[in-house]
Amino acid sequence: MVSPPTSPPASPPASSAAPSAPMALNSLGFAKPVAETRVVVAMSGGVDSSVTAALLHEQGYEVIGITLQLYDHGVAVQAKGACCAGVDIHDARTVAARLGIPHYVLDYESRFRDQVMQDFADSYLRGETPIPCVKCNQTVKFSDLLTTARDLGADCLATGHYVQRFDTAAGPVLHRGADAGKDQSYFLFATTPDQLDYLRFPLGGLSKEETRELAHRHGLSVADKPDSQDICFVPNGRYGDVVRRLRPGAVEAGEIVHLDGTVLGTHNGIIDYTIGQRRGLGIGGRKDADEAEGPLYVVGIDPATHQVIVGPQSALACEQVHLGETSWVARDGAPLPGHAVLARLRNTAPAMPAMIESVADGGVVIRLQEPQFGIAAGQAAAIYDADDSQNLLGGGWITAAPLAALAS
Amino acid sequence: MPVADPIYLDNNATAPLRAEAVAAIHKAMGPPANPSSVHGFGRRARLLVEDARQSLGVLVGCRAQDVVFTSGGTEANNLALSGFSHVITSAIEHDSVLQAAPRASLLPVTGDGVVDLAALKQMVAAVPVEQRKQTIVSVMAANNETGVIQPLAEIVQIARDAGLATHSDMVQLLGKTHIDLEALGLDFASFSAHKIGGPTGVGALAVRPGQSLTSLLRGGGQEQGRRSGTENLLGITGFGAAATAAFGDVAHYREMARWRDAFEAEIGAARPDMVLFGADVPRLGNTSCLVVGDKPSETMVMALDIAGVAVSAGSACSSGKVTASHVLNAMGAGEKAAQAIRVSGGWQTRRQDFERLAQVLAGL
Repeated sequence: MVSPPTSPPASPPASSAAPSAPMALNSLGFAKPVAETRVVVAMSGGVDSSVTAALLHEQGYEVIGITLQLYDHGVAVQAKGACCAGVDIHDARTVAARLGIPHYVLDYESRFRDQVMQDFADSYLRGETPIPCVKCNQTVKFSDLLTTARDLGADCLATGHYVQRFDTAAGPVLHRGADAGKDQSYFLFATTPDQLDYLRFPLGGLSKEETRELAHRHGLSVADKPDSQDICFVPNGRYGDVVRRLRPGAVEAGEIVHLDGTVLGTHNGIIDYTIGQRRGLGIGGRKDADEAEGPLYVVGIDPATHQVIVGPQSALACEQVHLGETSWVARDGAPLPGHAVLARLRNTAPAMPAMIESVADGGVVIRLQEPQFGIAAGQAAAIYDADDSQNLLGGGWITAAPLAALAS
Repeated sequence: MPVADPIYLDNNATAPLRAEAVAAIHKAMGPPANPSSVHGFGRRARLLVEDARQSLGVLVGCRAQDVVFTSGGTEANNLALSGFSHVITSAIEHDSVLQAAPRASLLPVTGDGVVDLAALKQMVAAVPVEQRKQTIVSVMAANNETGVIQPLAEIVQIARDAGLATHSDMVQLLGKTHIDLEALGLDFASFSAHKIGGPTGVGALAVRPGQSLTSLLRGGGQEQGRRSGTENLLGITGFGAAATAAFGDVAHYREMARWRDAFEAEIGAARPDMVLFGADVPRLGNTSCLVVGDKPSETMVMALDIAGVAVSAGSACSSGKVTASHVLNAMGAGEKAAQAIRVSGGWQTRRQDFERLAQVLAGL
């Protein structure tokens, strides 16, 4: 008689809870009780990070809230006598106090100025269109704050980003947020393996609506607070003013020149223009040419001559994109030449099929299957796995404006 | 895991309310109490205010009628300086002096945090004769961050010899050493209730007989025209009770200096890289300003808080943001200014509080 195949017992034997058995991992992936797991939550004062803190606190973790003072709010809004801290810091303190968790405000103004705002201004002056939020995640949040969290003996640093982190046999991976509309993986392309080891994103599997519901259920005062839209230190969206304040005298007027060499007008500074921009160029159309080539777009910015170069939409088409300062989420995660990938060139754009064309020190060249319009230097390209479009591989900063050659 | 029984060593920021103050406030609560009223209710309130004035006068060595109650040390400092167009003060003053006199001439301090008397002499000599009447020299009695005690008698002497008025922010010194305003000859001295176990929201300015003072607030002319606004009766009552109780604190702080010294010696033995500020000059027995390790101040304060010990660093903005200490910067502390923590005991502090801090620091 053949013995029946062993099948698991209907209910686990009582002995499975023996003290010698390894402890099950808690929801943050640590083999210890939640009460002994210390988590620093980066609290911005918005609804997402507030819910993150509330959820972890409810689960019994030892939660410590930290809010970063990144810039002088009074200066940013140009209001004399305004407090250095904006309403967001007060909101974070209120939420933490209501939850009954320790909360601290750290003065990161000088770091933020040096590592994010100066870079932002310089990038614009180079004719680029920067994304300071990525730099901020890269330096201030996931470098300096992470160090502070480690110094405080925390097991991990949790944020309210809509991305999902999974542990695999090969190490942690970073996937897009479950809510495609809120996914923030683009802004986290530069996350390093060491950082990802230490980071947790408890909201990654939720939708924004679910987060707001949770905020209401926890009675958080920020439950209905609108999402921030602008760059935080440019509250009114007038980034040109910020650049002019940071770099007085550096912004110079110049010419608006057509690709064919015709001077069409003048401008007050290249920082007011972005590759792909069509409206507000301050130049009239060219009657005879208009019909042939359609409306004019900014197709190039030359910081050396202070020229804004305009041309037809076709001149914006771009298949090859150079990426510098590339960074990969997984250890040994750099894709090889010839590898098919998906590239997202703007946060709101879909990820496009592409191929890694070549790899050089610290950078890659990718070739897009379909040409894209309006790719600007200084922007980021997030690279995803072609076989699993949710899986963020990493990315880099778009360097060499591909149209420079065309213009000259 | 949250610590069940945290200890409090941040008394230079504020001290717990003393039982004597609680009892006095409790007793005064309830009946209508406008000390200016002409009826019996008003008279009883007046008596409470005058009792408190007497208590504070006794504690600081001035007549009761020379005490003007204010909303706190900040208002007292603002009030004292408001009558002068030129202020000579030190670089290590509290913000309520520095901000009240934004165009003041700032005296440097030594590496130990003591006001440079030679610089004071030069600065005083440079005041034109016709400006002397509008000039005041304002130097704190003891610094809130380092506890360093300033040579007030010499400072007053130098200023008076040149015919200048004098003021001292004595908020931190109150209750910790014997104060004799009459002997010191100061024109104005500021005090605060909550540093000695009274309630927040009440302070006082002592005014030398003969010195005039104009109310900052226009109104009913209370406090003999020197501070308009109905007296904060409950606060003042609590201040008076705390002042009476603080009379016995001087011996307590003398003993605390030994606990503090033992604490510093223990840390110094384990951590030879420890830096102490003001250890070689006279300082308050309750205060220790030190650097242990190379972590930023704010990280140290957070880590100690999480471990159940409340200390502080620099000065906290209302947002809770901690900025590097302007006091330590003025002392030339360099990068150490951003790594220092301040430990300060109060009337309730026991020897074991300092011992526990030493243990926790060793474990960080």
